[in-house]
Amino acid sequence: MIKSVLTNNNTLIKIRDVHFSRGSKEIFKGIDMDIQRGKVTAIMGPSGTGKTTLLKLIGGQLKPSRGTVELDGQNIHQLKNKSLYQLRKKMGMLFQSGALLTDISVFDNVAFPLREHTNLPESMIRSLVLMKLHAVGLRGARDLMPSELSGGMARRVALARAIALDPMMIMYDEPFTGQDPISMGVLVQLIRLLNDALGLTSIVVSHDVRETTAIADFVYLVSGGKVVGSGTPEQLAESDSEWAQQFLQGMPDGPVPFHYAAAPYTQDLIGL
Amino acid sequence: MLTYFQRLGVISLAMLERLGRASVFLMRILQHIPAVLLRFRLLISQIYSVGVLSFSLILLSGLFVGMVLGLQGYYTLSDFGAAESLGVVVAASLVRELGPVVAALLFAGRAGSALTAEIGLMKATEQLSGMEMMAVDPVARIITPRFLSGVISMPLLASVFSAVGIIGGYFIGVGMLGIDEGAYWSQMQAKIDFHEDIMNGLIKSVVFGVVVTWIAVFEGYDAIPTSEGVSLATTRTVVHSAFAILIIDFILTALMFGDI
Repeated sequence: MIKSVLTNNNTLIKIRDVHFSRGSKEIFKGIDMDIQRGKVTAIMGPSGTGKTTLLKLIGGQLKPSRGTVELDGQNIHQLKNKSLYQLRKKMGMLFQSGALLTDISVFDNVAFPLREHTNLPESMIRSLVLMKLHAVGLRGARDLMPSELSGGMARRVALARAIALDPMMIMYDEPFTGQDPISMGVLVQLIRLLNDALGLTSIVVSHDVRETTAIADFVYLVSGGKVVGSGTPEQLAESDSEWAQQFLQGMPDGPVPFHYAAAPYTQDLIGL
Repeated sequence: MLTYFQRLGVISLAMLERLGRASVFLMRILQHIPAVLLRFRLLISQIYSVGVLSFSLILLSGLFVGMVLGLQGYYTLSDFGAAESLGVVVAASLVRELGPVVAALLFAGRAGSALTAEIGLMKATEQLSGMEMMAVDPVARIITPRFLSGVISMPLLASVFSAVGIIGGYFIGVGMLGIDEGAYWSQMQAKIDFHEDIMNGLIKSVVFGVVVTWIAVFEGYDAIPTSEGVSLATTRTVVHSAFAILIIDFILTALMFGDI
C-alpha cells in the first residue's frame, strides 16, 4: 500500500509502525507514512480516527507506545525538551479552534512568537506582522480582539501567526470545519498559495473531501487505526477499495456500517 | 466489606498520584522563577490582575472584620474592666490569625478561582497547546508568572487586611464606644511584638500564598478541557484551598505559638 515515496530521499517526515492508545482504546495500530517536502499531504478519515492525535504525535506533544516519528532525520520522541522546542520553531500548527490568545489583539497574537523567540526591534516586528497579516488578507484587522473575529478570520490570523517564524512545515487541523463557502474558499486557496510561495511542507488533516483533494498532492486515508489507502487524489478516485469509495463519495453504508454494533433488531424489539 | 477497602485503596492511590503530579508541576514552576523575575513587565501585569484586583475586596472585608472584632472585644473585655486593652486584642487577633487566614480564604475565592478558570479555559481552547507548538513552554510563560504574583501579593494583601482591620476596630472602640485613643494605640504598641506576632503572621501569609496559588494553577492546568471540567476544577480550587489554609494554619500556629 505504501507507495514508492517511502524510498524517496525528499521525505521530510517518516512515520514508522506507530502505535498509540488512550486508556484501553487503541487509536493507532501500526501507522506508516511519508510526508514529502514542498508538497501538500492530506490525512483524511472519519471523525474519531485520531487524525488530530497524529498531528500531536508529529509535533511531539504525545508519545507513541511503539514506533518512530522522524522529522528531518531526527527522531522526535528521543529529543530532549530543549531540542524539541528548538525543532518546534521550524513547525507551524493551525489548530481547529485557531487557539489565539484571547487577551491580546490580532497584532499581538501574530507578534507573539517573534517577541518570544527573537530580539528584533519593535519596528521590524511591526513590519513582519503586517506582512504576515497582509498575506492572509487581514492587515486591516490588526487592532481587533480575537472575540471580534469570525471563525474564518480567526483561522486566518492563526495562519499568519503560524508562519510568523517562517517555518519549514505547517500542520492544519481540520481547517475547513464549520466554515462558510467564502471562508472555505479563502482557506483552500491560502493553504496552497502559502505552501508554494513560502516553500513549505503542509499536512492537512481533514474530512472535507472536495476541498482537501482539490489542493492535496498526496492523500492518506486512515481508519480503524491503520492507513487504509494512499495515493494522489486521482489515484484514490479510481481506487477499487470499497472503503475509499465509501469515504470519498460519502455513502451512508458500506465497510463503515450505518448501524453501530448492536444485538439483532428483532431480538432487541421483542426482548428475547 | 472487601469492596469498601478496595474502593478506599483506589481513591487513596488516585489522590497520591495527583499529589505526585502536583509536586512535579511545582518543581517545574520553581525552575522557571529566575527567568520570570527577569521579565518584570510580565510579572507586574499578573500582580495587577491577581493582587491589585483583589485589593478592594480585602480592604472592605478587613474593615468590617476589624469593626466586628472591636464590638465583640469590647463587650467581653468590659465585663472584666479591661476595655482599654481592646487595641491589643484587635491587633493580635488580626496580625496573628485573622489577617493571614481570612485574607487567604478571600484570595482563594477571588483570585484563586479566577486563575483556575483562566488557565482551564486556555487549556480547553487549545491556547496552551498552541503555545507549546510555537515552542513556548506554557509553564514558563503562563503558569510561573501567575504563581509568583500570587506568592508576592498574598502577604501584601494580608498586611493590608490587618492594617485596615485595626483601623476598623479603632472606629468602633474609640469612635463609637468611647475607649481612650491613647490606650488603644499605646497598649497595642507595648504588647504586639514584631517577631512574635507580625513576622509569624507574615510567614503564615507567605505559606498560604504558595499553597493557594499552587492549588489554583495546578487545578487549571490539570482540568479536563470541557466546560464541566473547568467548572469542577474551579470548585476544587476553592474547597481544597480552604481546607489547606485551615489545616496549615493549625500546624503553623502550634509550631509558632504553642508548646505542642
